[in-house]
Amino acid sequence: MKLYESTVHELHEQLQNKQLSSVELTKAVYDRIDEVEEKIGAYVTLDKENALAQAAKVDAMIAAGETIKPLAGIPGAIKDNISTKGLRTTCSSHILDNFIPVYDAHVIANLRKDETIFLGKTNMDEFAMGSTTETSYMKKTHNAWNLDCVPGGSSGGSAAAIAAGEAIWSLGSDTGGSIRQPASFNGVVGIKPTYGRVSRYGCVAFASSLDQIGPITRDVTDAAIVLNTICGVDAHDSTSLPVDVPDFTKALRQDVKGLRIGLPKEYFGEGINAKVKEQIMLAVEKYKELGAEIVEVSLPHTEYAVITYYIIAPAEASANLARYDGVRYGYRNKEAKSAPEMTKLSRTEGFGSEVKRRIMLGTYVLSSGYYDAYYKKAMQVRTLIRKDFDEVFRKVDVLLTPTSPVVAYPLDGKMDPLAIYMLDVTTIPVNMAGLPGISIPCGFADGMPVGLQLIGKALDEETLLRAAYTFEQATEFHKAVAPLGGNK
Amino acid sequence: MKNYITVIGLEVHAELKTKTKAFCSCSTEFGAEPNTHVCPVCLGMPGALPVLNKRVVEFAIRAGLALNCDIQKFNKMDRKNYFYPDLAKNYQISQWDEPICLGGHIDIRVNGEKKRIGITRIHMEEDAGKLVHSGLTISTSDYSAVDYNRAGVPLIEIVSEPDMRSAAEARAYMEQLKAILEYTDVCDCKMQEGSLRCDANISVMPEGATEFGTRAEIKNLNSFRALERAIEYEVERQIEIVEDGGHVVQETRTWDDANGVTLSMRSKEEAHDYRYFPEPDLVPVNLDQAWIDEIKATLPELPSARKERLLAEDVPEDNADIIVASKKVADYFDAGTKATKNLKALSNWLIGDVAGFLNAEGIEIDDPEFRITPDHLGELVNLIDKGVLSSKLAKQVFAEMLKGNEAPEALVKKLGLEQVSDAGELGKLVDEVIAANPQSIADFKAGKKKALGFLVGQIMKATHGKANPGMVNKMLMEKLQ
Repeated sequence: MKLYESTVHELHEQLQNKQLSSVELTKAVYDRIDEVEEKIGAYVTLDKENALAQAAKVDAMIAAGETIKPLAGIPGAIKDNISTKGLRTTCSSHILDNFIPVYDAHVIANLRKDETIFLGKTNMDEFAMGSTTETSYMKKTHNAWNLDCVPGGSSGGSAAAIAAGEAIWSLGSDTGGSIRQPASFNGVVGIKPTYGRVSRYGCVAFASSLDQIGPITRDVTDAAIVLNTICGVDAHDSTSLPVDVPDFTKALRQDVKGLRIGLPKEYFGEGINAKVKEQIMLAVEKYKELGAEIVEVSLPHTEYAVITYYIIAPAEASANLARYDGVRYGYRNKEAKSAPEMTKLSRTEGFGSEVKRRIMLGTYVLSSGYYDAYYKKAMQVRTLIRKDFDEVFRKVDVLLTPTSPVVAYPLDGKMDPLAIYMLDVTTIPVNMAGLPGISIPCGFADGMPVGLQLIGKALDEETLLRAAYTFEQATEFHKAVAPLGGNK
Repeated sequence: MKNYITVIGLEVHAELKTKTKAFCSCSTEFGAEPNTHVCPVCLGMPGALPVLNKRVVEFAIRAGLALNCDIQKFNKMDRKNYFYPDLAKNYQISQWDEPICLGGHIDIRVNGEKKRIGITRIHMEEDAGKLVHSGLTISTSDYSAVDYNRAGVPLIEIVSEPDMRSAAEARAYMEQLKAILEYTDVCDCKMQEGSLRCDANISVMPEGATEFGTRAEIKNLNSFRALERAIEYEVERQIEIVEDGGHVVQETRTWDDANGVTLSMRSKEEAHDYRYFPEPDLVPVNLDQAWIDEIKATLPELPSARKERLLAEDVPEDNADIIVASKKVADYFDAGTKATKNLKALSNWLIGDVAGFLNAEGIEIDDPEFRITPDHLGELVNLIDKGVLSSKLAKQVFAEMLKGNEAPEALVKKLGLEQVSDAGELGKLVDEVIAANPQSIADFKAGKKKALGFLVGQIMKATHGKANPGMVNKMLMEKLQ
């Protein structure tokens, strides 16, 4: 197996046993990036010099006989909305294309402590608004399984990098499915942890009550390893939960006997691609075979999730993105004759159309006279969605659904934005309820990967990981390598 | 012209005296080099998050308790959205529909009349930065720079009911509020530095009307004087409009102190839609009753209680009002009471000669340029009471004390100002004066009472004013009858 196709846990052992050096590994991954990046377009910024220096440092630690952390010396990629001190962080937006942060996000600080390596920053939908990575101001990212297809989004770069061998692990962020859906489209593993499990400090806010950082990896074990490093309470984030973080790798047991898995019927109705459904049902059969108990359940308010999401998320975004005004940092229109004009022109020129659409939507729903009808009502519906899950989790341990009703679609911009919004129906409710969700590969439809989503109780990532791991170990899907084919 | 009733409500912003800002650990110190007390949080850097400073909540509770408010055990922060270059995030973290305090009051006294002014609410929020213009004003400047040192400094906004009916009442409310905030030590109340700021909502209505008139909000009131003048001007302006058959426009106006007028800033139509919504980066504030009780237990004696104490000790009410209005003055007074039992006289000195000096010098009582210590002022009162000094000579001693804080007794000796109360010495003088002024004696005996004053004057002249006037009077009367 090629180094760049290996997993974190395999490479960690080789590094610790001195069968491999971190410099060698890091160079191999950069060579791979040189080889395929033109086809994939996963990265916005690369940081080779610092990465190699860090690799040399880890090699010296190993040479000195130190026991290194599981992620030490193993190169990963960071979504470009996570603040990295001294390294450009653009959110794939023109308005931040010259922005170099002065501080590290909490997760980045944790990762640095563990002596990991950052290859660079990955492409994304502008400010994480999108499901295809096409709203990026920087570039198009292509799906490694078919270069003519979208990689999903908004963490499309982070997922494509894993599928194409351009990183060993990566971080994404998930507001309405932005980790799980691209993981699904790229045949890799992605976890959105429980809201509050991972500090949001330094994750450039899209929708504060929904955003959560999580790992994208080649297998479930790697996801557990990355989670171990990034989870935990942070005094800089009031919404981070003051709970102990277990060793997630301890949850990796092949055991689903008696596990009650719920199939919410609303996730299998109209709109789901028949071939996707077929793969999901095969996975259900596999779980039965492995000893799990399958229960059909209902989450009756599912149909309202997307519309309420498109009120709450833009409302929060309209305020979160107000700070990009050209005054302190980022893009500034230099011709403006007054401060209000400068702000107006900087924003008009600095933001792309999807971002503007959502800012307008959010501004509208918060306006006086509309607040009660939209925002307040949406918050009430959000409570109902949360209650649906509370109810269902009295009967089952995890829920099983397709991560997306479809596989990756063509990268031609022909999809109607509303149709794309609606496809997030399977991932959005999880964010609305603040629950953990994981997407793992479970098959192929028309040659493209299909993702299986497991949804867990709040703070019960361990059961999710165990269920995912058991399936993964009983199947071969996670071992499939993307062909990087297509017409391009 | 009809009679009009003025209706005033005040919105007061008080900067809290916490060491660090509301949502980050930057210093709140005033006057530092621009943009040196800043960090990713108060600069609104991408990805930075606020964390509520516990001391801000504590100070807000303390102010709320002192202002007789109900502390809301559940309250939450909201975002108030508007664009301005000094507002780093282009939203202000504030409290909208569930503030920390509701329903308090302040008692004021104007022209001897007591009145209770209601407080609607108190909420916590963050301050904005400050624009520094290259020219004199924003419109005449080539550019403006922003100093974010003040961005994120904690404030409380205290909103009154529209209970005030005159500029004098508004001033009394503001003075009383300032005193309470000083006593509770939550704000340093420097109106010039902007740590205490006031906006006034003003309307007029014809006597007998049941509904308030349309109000104008007046901003930029940086002193008690500005508050009074602005209200007086604005009331006159509004009455004139109504008298001319017009309608007052609901708008925001600014006080132009130099020209003594209010000027329109923006109308209701141009008013911001702040699009408030709950701040998702902060969890709601859930207060523990035990903590509220703990804060309550540490509240100092408030101006109202202090005033009651002074009244019980025979300090005249007008004096007491003035003394308790400033914690510094009241503390000085309390210190002075350790040296004298004559509190009425002490209070007279304090609001008379002491206040006169401080006003003339433009300094405060704790300024080092004011050199008289409270115990020395008390001793001065005692010297008068003991008959050592006449009140006239006491003023001379007071003037000397201002120069160097020497003990009054020592100064009396040094200046040779001791009152002559020796009966033998005075008797001799009385005899001399009687002998030297036979005409005056005759006049007095003929019923001209004025003649006695002349004789006393002669004795005072002979003693350079040091003779005890009471004794001189008494002795002269005895000799002449």
